[in-house]
Amino acid sequence: MGGKTIVITSGKGGVGKTTATANIGTALASIDKRVCLIDADIGLRNLDVVLGLENRIVYDVVDVVEKNCRLEQALIRDKRFSNLFLLPAAQTRDKTAVTPYQMQELINVLKEEMDFILVDSPAGIEQGFKNAIAGADQAVIVTTPEVSAVRDADRIIGLLESEGIKDPELIINRIRIDMVDRGDMMGIQDMIEILAIALLGIVPEDENIVISTNKGEPIALQKKSRAGQAFNNLARRIIGEEVDFMKLKKDTLMKKIKKIVGLS
Amino acid sequence: MEKLGFKRNKSSKNIAKERLQFILVQDRIKLSPSEMKSLKTELLEVLKKYIDVDDRKINMQVSREEEMMALVANFPIKREVN
Repeated sequence: MGGKTIVITSGKGGVGKTTATANIGTALASIDKRVCLIDADIGLRNLDVVLGLENRIVYDVVDVVEKNCRLEQALIRDKRFSNLFLLPAAQTRDKTAVTPYQMQELINVLKEEMDFILVDSPAGIEQGFKNAIAGADQAVIVTTPEVSAVRDADRIIGLLESEGIKDPELIINRIRIDMVDRGDMMGIQDMIEILAIALLGIVPEDENIVISTNKGEPIALQKKSRAGQAFNNLARRIIGEEVDFMKLKKDTLMKKIKKIVGLS
Repeated sequence: MEKLGFKRNKSSKNIAKERLQFILVQDRIKLSPSEMKSLKTELLEVLKKYIDVDDRKINMQVSREEEMMALVANFPIKREVN
């Protein structure tokens, strides 16, 4: 049957697709799945940077489709997990260097070796997006709780449907529970009401993500951090486990005391 | 004045939700200006079979009225000519 191919897309740029791809991939690898991550953002590669693999790139996806190298030569093994691989994007070409058909063929070969293939889609709706969705079994849409991001996510849902990719799932990224409580940010229920697709999970805003990207060490490696926990939960849901959604509100000291004493 | 006060009490996220619902209906309807024009013309043809409509003064647009999005069309009816 082969591996499952999931495209991670959003429409809007900068909402966290690459971070999500790197971290969900890392989390899946940490539970012994064989995973290949594909950076489909040709010309603006970033997945390598988030994973800390930027100085290990020899060949990229364009080299593979142009047959300058074998697929195995282009795959980069992750520093931490031997069952996690990256197929990097080209940096000096653009999105017309690869066609959807070529992506499909590439994925068909990878499927035989991998449990999961995660495709990091570029922003937008043009060729890059079309390449990224070619060969995908399923789509995950990343959005933040902001008007422009939600609008673009809605458009992407429509486009995916017309390309035959049904039932996309949603990741709400960078949610700030303090702002949600004040009524200054849309919450989970609001987002699901508007976009009307299934929720895969939420990732709270976490400044540790900046730090982890600085170091090239995906936050999913730190299971105690909020975002790290969130990405690990997402990975477990992808493999079919039922995982409760994270409690976003941190217990206040008073609440903790009440719990211990049995008053709450 | 009343409306101003009402808006001040509304949380910004509720404003965002309403705006989004409006924006998304427009996006999803996906009618180009020329398609809107065709829609208008065809609607007019149907109406004219039954009612004497003044076709110089027709107004049609997607608009937002308080909490609802609606496709609103006004077809003024000609006064009876005796």
